[in-house]
Parts: sequence; structure tokens; C-alpha cells
Amino acid sequence: MNERSWNPERITEIVSAHAHLEGPLLPILHAVQAEFGFIPRDAIPVIAKGLNVTRAEVYGVVSFYHDFREQPAGRRVVKICRAEACQSMGGRTLAERVLKHFGTDWGGTSSDGAVTIGPVYCLGLCSVAPAALIDGEPHARLDMPTLVKAVEAKP
Amino acid sequence: MALVEEHDLGTPASKGEAQVRLTIDGRAVTVPEGTSIMRAARDAGIDVPKLCATDSVKAFGSCRMCLVEIEGRAGTPASCTTPVTAGMAVRTQTPLLKELRRGVMELYISDHPLDCLTCAANGDCELQDMAGAVGLREVRYGYAGENHLQDKKDETNPYFTYDPSKCIVCSRCVRACEETQGTFALTIDGRGFASRVSPGMSENFFDSECVSCGACVQACPTATLIEKSVVDIGQPEHSVVTTCAYCGVGCAFKAEMRGDEVVRMVPYKDGKANHGHSCVKGRFAWGYTTHKDRILEPMIRRRVDEPWRTVSWDEAIAYTASEFKRIQAKYGRLSIGGITSSRCTNEETFLVQKLVRAGFGNNNVDTCARVCHAPTGYGLKTTFGTSAGTQDFDSVEHSDVIMIVGANPTDAHPVFASRIKKRAREGAQIIVIDPRRIDLVHSPRVQAAHHLALRPGTNVAVLTSLAHVIVTEGLVDDAFVRERCEADAFAAWAAFVGQPQNSPEAVEKVSGVPAETIRGAARLYATGGNGAIYYGLGVTEHSQGSTAVMAIANLAMATGNIGKPGVGVNPLRGQNNVQGSCDMGSFPHELVGYRHLSDDTARGMFEALWGMRLDPEPGLRIPNMFDAAVDGRFKGIYIQGEDVLQSDPNTKHVTAALAAMECVVVHDLFLTETANFAHVFLPGSTFLEKNGTFTNAERRIQPVRKVISPRNGHEDWEVTQLIARAMGQDWKYTHPLQVMDEIARLTPTFAGVSFAKLDALGSIQWPCNDKAPEGTPVMHAGGFVRGKGKFVITEYVATDEKVGPRFPLLLTTGRVLMQYNVGIQTRRTKNVAWREEDLLEIHPHDAEERGIKDGDLVKLASRKAETSLRAHVTDRVAPGVVYTTFHNPLTQTNVVTTEYSDWATECPEYKVTAVQVSRTNGPTEWQQDYAEIGRRNRHLPEPVAGE
Repeated sequence: MNERSWNPERITEIVSAHAHLEGPLLPILHAVQAEFGFIPRDAIPVIAKGLNVTRAEVYGVVSFYHDFREQPAGRRVVKICRAEACQSMGGRTLAERVLKHFGTDWGGTSSDGAVTIGPVYCLGLCSVAPAALIDGEPHARLDMPTLVKAVEAKP
Repeated sequence: MALVEEHDLGTPASKGEAQVRLTIDGRAVTVPEGTSIMRAARDAGIDVPKLCATDSVKAFGSCRMCLVEIEGRAGTPASCTTPVTAGMAVRTQTPLLKELRRGVMELYISDHPLDCLTCAANGDCELQDMAGAVGLREVRYGYAGENHLQDKKDETNPYFTYDPSKCIVCSRCVRACEETQGTFALTIDGRGFASRVSPGMSENFFDSECVSCGACVQACPTATLIEKSVVDIGQPEHSVVTTCAYCGVGCAFKAEMRGDEVVRMVPYKDGKANHGHSCVKGRFAWGYTTHKDRILEPMIRRRVDEPWRTVSWDEAIAYTASEFKRIQAKYGRLSIGGITSSRCTNEETFLVQKLVRAGFGNNNVDTCARVCHAPTGYGLKTTFGTSAGTQDFDSVEHSDVIMIVGANPTDAHPVFASRIKKRAREGAQIIVIDPRRIDLVHSPRVQAAHHLALRPGTNVAVLTSLAHVIVTEGLVDDAFVRERCEADAFAAWAAFVGQPQNSPEAVEKVSGVPAETIRGAARLYATGGNGAIYYGLGVTEHSQGSTAVMAIANLAMATGNIGKPGVGVNPLRGQNNVQGSCDMGSFPHELVGYRHLSDDTARGMFEALWGMRLDPEPGLRIPNMFDAAVDGRFKGIYIQGEDVLQSDPNTKHVTAALAAMECVVVHDLFLTETANFAHVFLPGSTFLEKNGTFTNAERRIQPVRKVISPRNGHEDWEVTQLIARAMGQDWKYTHPLQVMDEIARLTPTFAGVSFAKLDALGSIQWPCNDKAPEGTPVMHAGGFVRGKGKFVITEYVATDEKVGPRFPLLLTTGRVLMQYNVGIQTRRTKNVAWREEDLLEIHPHDAEERGIKDGDLVKLASRKAETSLRAHVTDRVAPGVVYTTFHNPLTQTNVVTTEYSDWATECPEYKVTAVQVSRTNGPTEWQQDYAEIGRRNRHLPEPVAGE
């Protein structure tokens, strides 16, 4: 992920680039996160100023969506499916073991900054459960070795 | 006496016209199309349980308490979000609904502290009520599960607390902040079980964008957001509806009381000016009424450098009368006078002017409106025939273009500003003509279509230029002008405004406003639909104040924006009773109802009723009184509720005038700056301590009701009566209603007004007489009061106050949200937590040139004098313009303002002073001298001083 240290000027540019859209806030937040890996808290007033709304309004949206991070993520982002089909195929145990392996909890990042693990609720891959997304790429029929291998593989 | 109960109808009224008939629990009910089932049920006398609905904000449908069953429909829809349809048969109580509601309530209570007995909202909690209404008996989930009971309280706001452990996340506060107030300071942080109300970015209230209007507290159904005064004192047991004593909006409040103690002021839903909304001042800033600085006993002294001596009322009144008589015997009948207050009631004001005309035998009476809206009186009377605004506040709901000239409503008239913002969110366009970038130009969710950031002092040039565009581009409403206005005057005016010196291109050079902006604004106002103009002291307080008012009136007439809802010309009045004090004959040349003293018929009515001859010669205006005092011709004055020393321009001159008088009587709540020069101090009563009426900016006469007995012993009108009797007048008023009866007898526009009618109707907009028995919301509907509207030629004449090498910047003055006028009230409330001192706003460019950084102490110097204050560097002001307020006596802003004034009314030119700003390291010589005068002249008697 192309992470750079953020600056208000760049945020303002991103806001301007999307200002013409109807409902520009979500596309702006996606763009900010794509560029910096997270939504810096101090970027919120800059976005609010650019859209002429209050920082409360922007903060409410950022905090509503789990996918918008308030902290930088690990080098890899894993989202393990916790929906019913995956659970029935051992997804729950898999998830517990993966979290333990990397020494973190739901939504957390391993201490070496290698990986952030979060939940997702159904990827539409029920027939090939259990499934997960690694950096946005779907992976299916996972077990502990395949998942750990996939995570530890060079991006 | 009991609490005034206001029934919450759950959802706002529908504006639908067609009527829909349905049955609810077997009862037939007919309501306007678009009404919610919940509101229709309440109309039928059926209360559907609810938590997230309240009728001040749109339905939300989140709490799932108001579910109903509808015959022929599956499921259990929420009654708040489901509109009625014809023939619908609704049931609000069924076994299924009972189960569902109980189930939901169990979930709420499983995450709510069970501390009702010690909770401040005990007895006034909708959650508690609903638990009862749904018959909650147990919580099957227990109380040990995950919960928010340990969440920390936020007590940073001085007036209310936020206790998230009690929050049910109904979002009423968030929605009230958005819909009612328009500040959008609150949001919901997170989602699902983690959801919490969050000011700003999960900040505390004080640091957030919150303006402390209280709408969230008002909307909260639990003790989550609650007034600290309720926490301290407990629940009120009775309440009285009265009128706020701050700005000219005139919000109605319920004073909620516990015995003789005010628990809280709650905005009243039936208030026609505020419809249940409030601002921080009216809602919370009433602590001054019990502040320890209040002087409650009369005091006198022979010389102002002597210590005050506390005396009985009898002695104070006798001394006052004997001094006034002595002065008149020695210096003549015209050597004394009085000043009425725009903060006092109509009845009190009427009696002060009566005291002067009848008791003093002259017409030396004037009012503080002299220094604010006198040009409004002159300008609107000349053009329309009536010295008042044309609309009611509700009119703004029909406006498409809202032009704000020289006013800053979000700070000075916040409740009306919320309505402007609401209308703007619905699509109305805003035009601002003001040197500063006020919040209505640009702030969250607000963006004006045009901002004409003119150089101070060029209003008339810019307004006339707008007319130039309207006339030369063929945008005049010819039919309206032909039918409603004087043809000759219009023709002359149209020819004048069409001249090249009034073109936007020419005016750009004078005003600094780009020609295209002037053209854009003129076109929008003339063609954008209903155009309404609201203006403030940025229009009137100029050497051409009256001309600017007439220029505004011309614009409205030329575009046909008069005589219906959504349009009009409206002065925003600074103080609660500016309109009323002007109506009540406070001016030296006019009797009650704006009738000139020389009008024999009008004067004859007064002479007949009062049984005496009145002097037909106009008396002295305030500035003339001061001049005459300095000349030794004016020796005594009775000043009710005004701090002339701090509020009037050219402080040094005012000081000299007061010092030259032999008997200055100050009738006020506190030892004001003026009281430093007083010989008699008569303690005043607050608006909570008297009966009477205030008239707001929309000509609305509203009752002021006594909720506690005057702590000083007398209502202000009683004190004036005591003086009058001691001066030999035979006054026998026992209640202000008799004064209003007298006003009604003497004044055609008030003929139908009485306290009984005010009690019945709640409020009355004058004119109120046989032709309009319930008052007049919109004026000049069928024709102008003066017959035909009169266009007046408004030639721009630059003020004599000019910038030059020594004084290169223009100073203009105004108000901030948290303070009011000279701050005598608000500085004695917790509002000082936000802002106490006056700050000088200066553009970064001008600041840099002078080496000034934000927060530096700077010297502000004019040709008149110098003062010092801290700088605030901001691009809100244009380069070349600086801005400050006059809330604090330590600043003495008006020491630098000049004696220039409006050509017609002598309203001072506060808004334009040429100044220089430089860094400094201490108070100026004047500030030091004045501090010494204050120390010397403020000697209180021992017992009070020892407090």
C-alpha cells in the first residue's frame, strides 16, 4: 500500500477533486484512505472545511464505517468471513487460531505491524468456504497453513 | 400555580392542504394530508408510546416504541414515520404491540442505570414514563451484560451536563442541533451497540462547535442532557410564560420555578417569535438577576467623589425630586430631562416620557434607540408611512432571496438566524452586504450567493448601485410601482439612480465591491422570487444612516417586495424593546405612536387626558443634552436602564457632560459606568421581577410577567411613579395594565391592545384596532400606510471621517454571540467562560505590516482617543478594516468613536472610525485615568463593600 505521511494541502486537493460529485464525502474518504492507509484524525476538519460541513458530520461518517481506519493498518489487511456458511465450515476456529498466531484481536494489528485482521460478513463465497480477503483479493477454501502462507507471502 | 404543560405531538405539523379521514382505536379523526399516524392519534386524544419522536424535529423511526397495527397491512409500522391515508384503521394497543414494546423497553433498561430516585430528571423523564406506559415489570436480560454505565460525564459546558451512561441514543439531540438550530455540532459516534452521541469529533461540549443554544437539552427525553440548575435545585413545581429581555427577537420562555427560585428558562412552543427555540443568552444567561453585584437599596451622594450613602426609598425619592425642582428653579424649566430604556417595558418607558413631558414640563426625553435605530424610524416613516418593520418572523419561511445588510444575526439575533439558515437549507439564497465575512456568508452548511464586502461607510453607494442595476436592466416591478407608489417621486428616483455615478463600475471604486458582484446581487434580489431584506445597525449607525434605510425601502418598492409573506423590509432590533421604546413616545419631538408634538389634535388628546398644557416645542436629543450639559445649560437627568457612558460615542465628551451636571439619577440593576457620575442610584428590577410588555422587531407586543417579587422592592414603573408623585403629579397606577389602557386610549395603532387580550391571544402585532382587532402580521398589504409609497433620492455623500496617513484603517463595531450590548448582564453570567474581553479583529496583511501577532496587546487610536485591547488576526475582515465589540468597560471602545452622526436623526456613526493600530505593552493613558475615576467614584457604603 502506498502510504505517505499526510498533509493538509494534499487532503484539500483530494477534496477539490471530488467536490463536483453528488454526495462527495464517501468517495473523498475512500480516496484519503487509499492514499494514506487511514483517515488521520486531523484530516477530518480539513475535509469538513472543504465540504463546508461540520467536523461532527464528517466524524460521524468515518466512525460509522469500520472500513475507515483511524489508525494506519498493518502491511497486509486480512478480513476473515464470519458469516454462517463460513462458520459451518470451520471459519470460527480458523479465525481464532489466526488471531492467536498473529497475536492480535479483531480490528487489531500485529505488534510487528505485519498484518491487520478484521471481520467481514459474507463475501458471497459460501460454496468455497471458509473465505477471506487479503488486501482486497479473495482467498477461499482456507485452512491455517494456506491462510498464514498467503498472509506472509510477499505482496 | 402549576407547570405550564405543553403537549408533544410527536412529529411536526404537516403543511398538506387536503384533509384525510381515518380511524384510530375506533375514533374517527381528520387531519391534513402528510400527517403522521402518531400526530393524528394525539389529535384524537390517544398517546402512542414514543421515545425518539418529538414535534420539533422530523420523524426518525428508531426507537420502535410507537409501533401500531394497521388493518389490512402486514407488520407493525412505526406510527411516527407512517403518514395517514384515507380510510386507514389503526390500532395502537394490541397484545402483539404490548409484547413488542415491552421487549424493546427491556433492552433499553438493560443498559440504563437504575438510579431513578436520585436522578435529576426524576419526574420529568420520558424513559421513566414509557417504562410505566408499557408496563415494564422485569428485564429478562439482567443488568450484568455489556453496558455503558461507566461512561464518563461531560460537565464542560457551564450550563448543562452530558451523561452518556443515561443515553438511549434516540438522536433527538443530534437532530435538534441540525434541524432546529442548524449548527450540526453533534453526531453519533460509531454504530450498533457502540453508538454514542458525540459533540464534534468525540470532543467535549465546550471544545466542540456547540453554541450552547440548549436545543439538544430541550429535546433530550432523559437526564442525559440536563440543565445544571435542575441538577442543583431540583424539578420545578410551577411555571410562568414570559418574554426574554435580551435581543429584539423576543423569544417566549416558560420561567420554571421552585418557590421563589428560577430553576430554568425553557423556550415556549407557542411563542410566535421563537416557536420553542432559544439561544444561549435567553436560555441560560439569566444568572445576573441574582448576582451579588446587584444593588438592592437606593443610594445618594451630594458629590460624585463622595462615598455612596445607603438611604430609604423615601429619602432617595424626596432627594431626587427636591434636586430636580431646585435645578429647574435655578436654571430654568428646560435644564433637566430623562432617558428611557429599550430594555424596560412599554409601560415603564411610557411613564418615563410622561414624567418628563408632564412632570418636568418639557420634552427633553430621548431613548437609547437614538443611538441605534432612530434612522429606521425616520427612513421607513418617510417612505412607507410607518416606523417599523413590515413582516412577522414567520414570513421568512416564504422567502426565496434573503438579503442581510449590516447585521450579524447568528451572533446578535441567533434564534432568527436559525430560521434563516433553515430556510437557506430548503433552497433560499442569501445575499450579505457587510464589511465582515459573517457566518451567514460562509459557515458549515451556509454559503451566501453573494457577499458584498463593502468598505465601511459606503452603504448608500452600494444600495443605490443595486437600484441602478434594477432600473437600467429593466427589472423594476412596473405594475407594483404604478399601482402602489407616487409616480413623480419614482420617475425622479429612477432617473437619479440610472446616472453613471451610481453604476456598479463607478461604485466599485468607492466601495471596493466588484461591479459584477453588485450586478449579480441586484439581479438575484429582483428576479429570484420573494425577496426579503433584514438589516441592522450596520445600516443605521452611519452619517447617512437614514439615507441607507430609505435606499433599502426604495429597493423593496421597486421590485414589488412589499405587502405579502416572504418579502418586506425588516430592521433587526438590538435590544428587547427598541421597537416599543420608539413606539412609546420616547423621542423629544414625538408623542406615543409617532405623532409629532406640533400636531395639535394628537397633543390635544394627551392634554385632555392628563389635564394640562404640554410644551409643543421638541426637546433635546441625547447628544444635545450632553452638549447643553457641557455648556452649563442642562443640569439634571433621570436615566432608566441605560449605560450612556459605555454605550454612547465619544466617551470623553459623555464623561465631561455627566461631570458637569448637578443631579444625575441612575435607575439600573448594577453600578454602571454612568453611575460613576451619578448622585442618586435607584435600584432597578429585572424582567423576572415585573409585569408589563415588550415589543419585538416584528411589532409583536408580548407579555412580561412577574415570576419573583422585585428584590429591590419596586418594579421600575413604580419607581418612576414615586418620582412623579414627588414632583407633584397625581398618578394612581396600581398595575401596568392601567398604563397600557392609557396608551390604548391615546394611540390609534394601539387602540385594541389590552392585557386581557394579550393573555387571550398570547401576543399582538400592532396596529391593533377596529380594523385589525387581532393585530397585523404583514404591513402595507393593500396599500402603504402613508397612501402611496414614496421613493426618495439617496445621493451618496462620503462621511467626514476619512482615513489618512495617521489613521489608515477603518474601525467598525459589533456584537459577539456570548455577550450582549455593554455586557452589564452577560458579563455577570457564566457566558464569560466563552468570551469576556473585547478583541480587535485585524486582517493578516495589516497585522503583519505592524508586526502584530494573534493575541498581542495593541493600541487602537483614533482622532478622538486611544484604548488598548488584544488583537485577533483573521481574514474575516478585509484589509484596511478592523473590527471590535463594546462589551467590556475595560476596553471603552467608544472612547475612540467620533461625534459624527446621521444627518437626520443624530444616530452616531459608530460603524466608521479612522484608526491606527500598533503594538503596545499596557493600558492607554485614558484607560488609566478612567480606572482612577472608577476607583474614586465607585465608593460603596461599608456593608455592601464588605461583601
